[in-house]
Amino acid sequence: MKEKIIEKILMLLAFSAIGALLLMAIFIFKEGMPIIFKVGLKNFLFSAHWAPTKGYFGIFSMIVSSLFVTIGALIIGVPLSLACAITLTEFVHRRLMRILKPTIELLAGIPSVVYGFLGVVLLVPLIRDYLGGPGLSLLASSIILAIMVLPTITSISIDAILAVPYTYKEGSLALGATHWQTIHMVILKAARSGIITAIILGMGRAIGETMAVIMVAGNALKIPTSPLDPVRPLTSNIALEMGYAAGDHRAALFATGIVLFVFIMIFNVSANIITKRWQRE
Amino acid sequence: MIWFFRSFLIVLSLIVLFGCRPSGKEGVVITVAGSTSVQPFAEKLAEIYMEHHRSLIINVQGGGSTAGIRSVRGDAADIGSSSRDLREDEKDLRETVIAWDGIAIIVHPKNNIHNLNLTQLRDIFAGKIKYWSELGWVHKSIHFVTREEGSGTRCAFEEMVMHDVPISDEALVQDSSGSVREIVAHDPHAIGYISYGIVDKRVNALSIDGVELNLRTIKEKKYEITRPFLFVTKEEPHGLVRDFIDFLLSSEGQRILEMEGLVGVR
Repeated sequence: MKEKIIEKILMLLAFSAIGALLLMAIFIFKEGMPIIFKVGLKNFLFSAHWAPTKGYFGIFSMIVSSLFVTIGALIIGVPLSLACAITLTEFVHRRLMRILKPTIELLAGIPSVVYGFLGVVLLVPLIRDYLGGPGLSLLASSIILAIMVLPTITSISIDAILAVPYTYKEGSLALGATHWQTIHMVILKAARSGIITAIILGMGRAIGETMAVIMVAGNALKIPTSPLDPVRPLTSNIALEMGYAAGDHRAALFATGIVLFVFIMIFNVSANIITKRWQRE
Repeated sequence: MIWFFRSFLIVLSLIVLFGCRPSGKEGVVITVAGSTSVQPFAEKLAEIYMEHHRSLIINVQGGGSTAGIRSVRGDAADIGSSSRDLREDEKDLRETVIAWDGIAIIVHPKNNIHNLNLTQLRDIFAGKIKYWSELGWVHKSIHFVTREEGSGTRCAFEEMVMHDVPISDEALVQDSSGSVREIVAHDPHAIGYISYGIVDKRVNALSIDGVELNLRTIKEKKYEITRPFLFVTKEEPHGLVRDFIDFLLSSEGQRILEMEGLVGVR
């Protein structure tokens, strides 16, 4: 009897988490969908004219900005993270790795506003003085995000590499392959599903990050033509304008949230599919 | 499953019941609604006023000048706050100027330019003047910083400087006057606009059409980008509303407003 009650309580708690997610999704869609229908899906997604107080709701430039910033973060962040993961698993002593891995994971615990502040104080002036432009830019956001996704990608990649059976490595070395050949032809290949999952989860984090980005991105509405141009990703748009938004403007910000929601859903689902498919192979 | 939803509903209704209960303080309520630029000042004053008048509750809301004026007409609010002059069709309402605010055009202290006219300013923010050299300084692109859509300061700037010309897409956008000032204080080639009250030594405020920005030029309305902060009532204010407005206009109320960075009316 007692066990039954505890079982029910645990189930209630588990459902409440799903319930919260469901309520949130319903609320966002309920608030945002009417404005999408009002201006038309095509106009909303593919027009770059955003002047919500004057009746223009096009978020194309923000979608482009979000994608550029995320891709930029991956271009900078993935090689760094992979190098980190390979070094820690293959080239340093296990005991040292056990110290270094938690240290890198600690990076994930730093509040994003701190990253943003460091970006504004250190990175932005460097870019402005040495590369030109206003400093607040696509490049600055990408670099900050690259550092922020580093712990996610590194840590999951390490786990994936460690999961590769030791016999693979022994076999490869026994066949006469060098250490480096073994790493990139055997170990990375065997761990690729885990690594791809790590990258996709990192992407999700990059596209959803708000505070750090709003501080260094410059938030201009123009579609960027160079890495030194300021950008306004989807998340920044919501956080930037929610303070005074009312009526259709507020609804349009919720609609921006829907687009973001869909993006992150796509990322997570594809991460799941890729993991499953390669596990089967 | 039904069991689960039932307990969920009970919990939810309990939260709603207890979460939304008024705090039990009984009293008369005055509602002030309108401009988001006036809101922080009105909140501050209401807070101080309520300390002296325990039985009174002053409820300050945003929504924008136009919405505030409309809600006074519809009796949804006792006082409407506005950060722009009343339009022709709003003139039947009673207005009281509680303070003045000048919008400062700020640049980096290293900037050689000390004066602009309104047309030049409009062209900068419209993206027509792209380089400082066009204004007689170095050949560097102008980084112009604006506020986010919906901000009261932006609205006033659009009305008084831009007229019907839209602000260019290339503008950097920041969501507070503080961060606009921060950018301009660090970037030698930036220009931005903020309320007079928060200009400090790290930035230079430009003269407009040769008129320097200071307390006197704002008070005399010589400085062109000056806006009034109005309290609007449906009829001549009386009773508690009258008392509150009198408090704003008293030397104590005005002193508080000036301390917060506005220019008093006395």
